[in-house]
Amino acid sequence: MSASFTLQLATDEPQDLALPLFLERVPAGFPSPAQDYIESELNLHQYCVRHPAATFFLRASGNSMTSAGMRDGDLLVIDRAVTPEHGDTIVATAEGEFIVRQLQLRPRLALRSLTPPYQAKDINPDELDIFGVVTHFIHSTRSK
Amino acid sequence: MFALADVNSFYASCEQVFRPDLKGQPVVVASNNDGCVIARNKEAKALGIKMGEPWFKLRERGFSKNVHCFSSNYALYHSMSQRVMAVLEALAPRVEQYSIDEMFLDIRGIDHCMGFEDFGRQLRTQVKAYTGLTIGVGMGPTKTLAKSAQWASKEWPQFGGVLALTTSNPTRTLKLLSLQPVEELWGVGRRLSKKLNALGIATALDLARTHPAFIRKNFSVVLERTVRELNGESCIDLEEAPPTKQQIVVSRSFGSRITDYESMRQAICQYAQRAGEKLRQERQFTRHIGVFIKTSPFVEGEVYYGNVASEKLLLPTRDTRDIIAAAMKALDRIWIDGHRYAKAGIMLGDFFPTGVAQLNLFSDEQPRENSEALMKIIDSINTTGLGQIWFAGKGVNQAWQMKRDMLSPSYTTCWKDIPVARIH
Repeated sequence: MSASFTLQLATDEPQDLALPLFLERVPAGFPSPAQDYIESELNLHQYCVRHPAATFFLRASGNSMTSAGMRDGDLLVIDRAVTPEHGDTIVATAEGEFIVRQLQLRPRLALRSLTPPYQAKDINPDELDIFGVVTHFIHSTRSK
Repeated sequence: MFALADVNSFYASCEQVFRPDLKGQPVVVASNNDGCVIARNKEAKALGIKMGEPWFKLRERGFSKNVHCFSSNYALYHSMSQRVMAVLEALAPRVEQYSIDEMFLDIRGIDHCMGFEDFGRQLRTQVKAYTGLTIGVGMGPTKTLAKSAQWASKEWPQFGGVLALTTSNPTRTLKLLSLQPVEELWGVGRRLSKKLNALGIATALDLARTHPAFIRKNFSVVLERTVRELNGESCIDLEEAPPTKQQIVVSRSFGSRITDYESMRQAICQYAQRAGEKLRQERQFTRHIGVFIKTSPFVEGEVYYGNVASEKLLLPTRDTRDIIAAAMKALDRIWIDGHRYAKAGIMLGDFFPTGVAQLNLFSDEQPRENSEALMKIIDSINTTGLGQIWFAGKGVNQAWQMKRDMLSPSYTTCWKDIPVARIH
């Protein structure tokens, strides 16, 4: 009984092993049907801040609630780019302090207090120094 | 046409915007470590307070009662500067931020719609309304002339802070230049002006009438450019994007002198971290890390010592850990016990745009794994304001930190520091 062997020389190059390559990619799961309809999330900063370069944040301070509903510790959004109009809530400076008042242009220029007894104080146009218009204020319902 | 907008007594004005009680009061701002006066408003100027005067001397003269002094609050100044820049960018087509309080604007063609000075006044009104800061505006056919116009707008109040030098009104330009001392020109320092004065060139007009070739031969190409610019030939264009940095330096004077090695290590470690942050912002990799330490040269009876050492890395890096390690090696080579060190710093150089460099064939040094991701996380934590993380080598209790005893709140960058408005 004899068996025949074929001897093969070891070559430098290993023999090619051809494997099929699939050009199609296999999707893992299904693509989101919403993919073409993605919109960016709502952004509160965008809502409150129309002029970033002119917007400043101030903190309200005082014991009583104002007629506008503003309370102690609320965050005031001040937009200096907005032209103050009659009835606007504004931050003005008086006696070296920032104060929140309602601007009254008619019948006379005056600053009206937002807390009882809602006094209006006539003011000389030259002395009026408005820091900016309060466009929003943010009140946290839970105290920290 | 160029315009130069600069904020009047910028640092002092930033402080005053949020302090209505300081309206009309003298205000000065002191340099880091509360050393010298680096900014003052016009009320402080009227009291005779000079730039560069040491604050302790002013205190001795009794100014601390009626003059309000602030430590430099760069967080606030940067925020306000960005606001001014944003307002100007909305109004002018191209803006170059030249310094924290000066911006060059390209205003070509504006005169098709409105007069240059009307436009300047519009800029002024808008910046004042939006930010509470007052700017002066100088305009001219070249940057140098715009700067001269801005100088004049401050010198003579009748211009109301806005002045344009146009080619249609050459007598005005000549008049102004004849009144401007040469040392007030953009790019002409005190040393250069001394040399010019010796040659009989005393005013800007004298310089404008000197032959450019003569200036190039006896001075430099840079000054020749100034001469040409004074004659209305624009040589220096607007630089909207700052050129890529060739070097990053982080250095500070200490609040109190450092005498022990451990504190110095902490300081260097902190500067290394800051330098790493800057490097990554620039999207660069560094291969050259230098450290310098020095004592104060002004103290009598002390021997001055200052030295610098540097490390060269095989692989370019932007990993803070590599930078700290190299900096520590460099520090060990130059540290000498017994000196009272006043200042130290770190320099990064030899930048590469990628971390790849010619590798040494036999080197087994490999870039750190996941370094990119780690640095990204660290930077993002430190910039969101959620908290601060740092390498332990910086330490926590730093007695040598910069002294800023008169620091104002960060009114625009920190929630707990925002100003208060009274509602009743």
